[in-house]
Amino acid sequence: MNKREFLKDAILFFPAAATLQALAPAAVGKAEPAKTPPDYDATKHWYGMGVDVDRCIGCNRCVEACKAENDVPEEPFYFRTWIERYQIHANGETTVECISTRAAPPEQAVPEDPGVVRTFFVPKLCNQCAHPPCVQVCPVGATFQTQDGVVLVDEKRCIGCRYCIQACPYGARYLNPKTRTADKCTFCYHRITEGLLPACVEVCPTEARIFGDLKGKADRLVRFHRVNQISVLKPDLNTEPKVLYARLDGEVR
Amino acid sequence: MSGAIPESLHEQLSHQLSQVVGFIYPNEVETQWAILIVVYPYLTGIVAGAFILASLVKVFNVVEVQPIYRLALLTALAFMLVAGMPLQLHLGHPERAYEIFFTPQPTSAMAMFGFVYLWYLLGILLIEIWFEYRHQLILMGQKSRGLMKGIYGALSLFSRDVSPEALAFDHKASRIITIIGIPSAFLLHGYVGFIFGSVKANPWWGSVLMPIVFLMSAIVSGIAMVMFLYILLSLMRNEKPDMRCLDKIGLFLLVAIIVDFALEALDYIHRIYQSEESIGILAELVSARLFTSMLVVQLLLGMLLPLVILVLVRSIRFNEELRKMLYFTSSLLILLGIFSMRWNVVIGGQLYSKSLRGLMAYKMEITGIESLMTALALLALPFIILSVLFRLLPPRWMEKNAPAAAH
Repeated sequence: MNKREFLKDAILFFPAAATLQALAPAAVGKAEPAKTPPDYDATKHWYGMGVDVDRCIGCNRCVEACKAENDVPEEPFYFRTWIERYQIHANGETTVECISTRAAPPEQAVPEDPGVVRTFFVPKLCNQCAHPPCVQVCPVGATFQTQDGVVLVDEKRCIGCRYCIQACPYGARYLNPKTRTADKCTFCYHRITEGLLPACVEVCPTEARIFGDLKGKADRLVRFHRVNQISVLKPDLNTEPKVLYARLDGEVR
Repeated sequence: MSGAIPESLHEQLSHQLSQVVGFIYPNEVETQWAILIVVYPYLTGIVAGAFILASLVKVFNVVEVQPIYRLALLTALAFMLVAGMPLQLHLGHPERAYEIFFTPQPTSAMAMFGFVYLWYLLGILLIEIWFEYRHQLILMGQKSRGLMKGIYGALSLFSRDVSPEALAFDHKASRIITIIGIPSAFLLHGYVGFIFGSVKANPWWGSVLMPIVFLMSAIVSGIAMVMFLYILLSLMRNEKPDMRCLDKIGLFLLVAIIVDFALEALDYIHRIYQSEESIGILAELVSARLFTSMLVVQLLLGMLLPLVILVLVRSIRFNEELRKMLYFTSSLLILLGIFSMRWNVVIGGQLYSKSLRGLMAYKMEITGIESLMTALALLALPFIILSVLFRLLPPRWMEKNAPAAAH
């Protein structure tokens, strides 16, 4: 190889190598972008949440705590968790309202109406499905399931195509207008990996939400699962939710 | 935290929230896939349909359609070049779009579509057109000077061989590529249907018939677009279109509409007869939100009326002028109808709540990225590209300029 050939090859080689190097981290595929403490072992956990429908009083504190903790836009179009109020009428009709979108809290949580035979609140959030359709459809692998069973979005990788929002049967996702990426409940992953509770669970005054580890032997959630009749939302879609509802009415979708 | 969202978005979402009927999940106020995602399957459909029409000439030797062969190919290319743009513009992070190719998720229909699109554009369409035009490009290069000579030289990839063997090879190659191209065109638009049809969370979309309904409507729209362009060009050139060709295209169009109609009817009959959990809200969706766009525009104006016209043209002996006018009218009606069909699928699927308890609304923005203006620009762009392509690659240049020996 003479000098000229060497220089020619070198000119080609260095930019090519630099380009490849720049692309390499992206090409590795699913990186684990969630920051966890050094001694945290994700394989030892399988997180879920129990919701005791009878205990929820519709105070909306969980929603406020979630918005504050996770920097969720305040506008009433974006929720990582929200509360629905169901009213079962004497004629068999059901009316539903999302109480979390109201500008001001109602004077009466439950209006006095003789036509209403039963009323209850249902907290909703991402179901952290074991078989998540949102992960399946993401074209770039930006939304993924961690080894401890939490579905997360890597906001540095998400291209904002919104396919995951369409694929979620529970309406649990939205496009965050600040980051222009898909966003949803993370079970407060930054807290739970530190051994803390998710913000919504922490603030719930009636312990309607029970956070736990389905792999833990003496865990509260495991006990909750054992002593209650459990339902999940839209079981026919085979998403295998890990948000488990106790005493859930059949009207709830 | 408050006031973090743009004013126009806030206004749009507040308006949409005020139009909600019944109960919806709170995150459902925003229409995630808006007008640009209506334009996208419309454009891809025309690509697939135009290509399949062109393939009739090459693969099935339908000689009557020969006059529109090159027109159909160039139409497919012009629409294909624009088809990816609405997707790109729609992304929250368009600068990361390359990730779809570099780090695709194999389980994602959308990621795989990126490759199907690239394959179709680079592997089929461009190569087919290159073989079809290679001879002409060489001859045009010989006749031009300066910059144009360079451009034609580059376009022909500096090939110079016009021997009978080389030309025979061109012909053979383009036939083989068309044969591969037919399933690829089916794949291209069937796949678009699959992107919607595979969403089990949305009963309006989640149907096994969706890919095939999309494919059939694509064929209908592609044929209608080529027919429309052919008549329009003949009017602009003040020439008579080849009526044998038009009648043949009209026949294919009629058959395609009948099949499309049958498939869509089957889909609705099946839904109504099975009457699953979602049927109540879907019936409300159609009557309260999609009445005009679906029953009036898509079904009545876009399908039944042109169907009747095309049947009449075949059964009654109209004169040429009237036939031409009727073909022109029905092609326009069909193009309008298929656009409505895309609207009803894409927007319709986002106008009812997945809680099956309420209806949303969509307020289209006039200006901005995801807006009416962008949609109109994207719909006009293929025609501009087409006019450039006509200049660069005149479809009938060979008939006028080629040496007799070349034929």
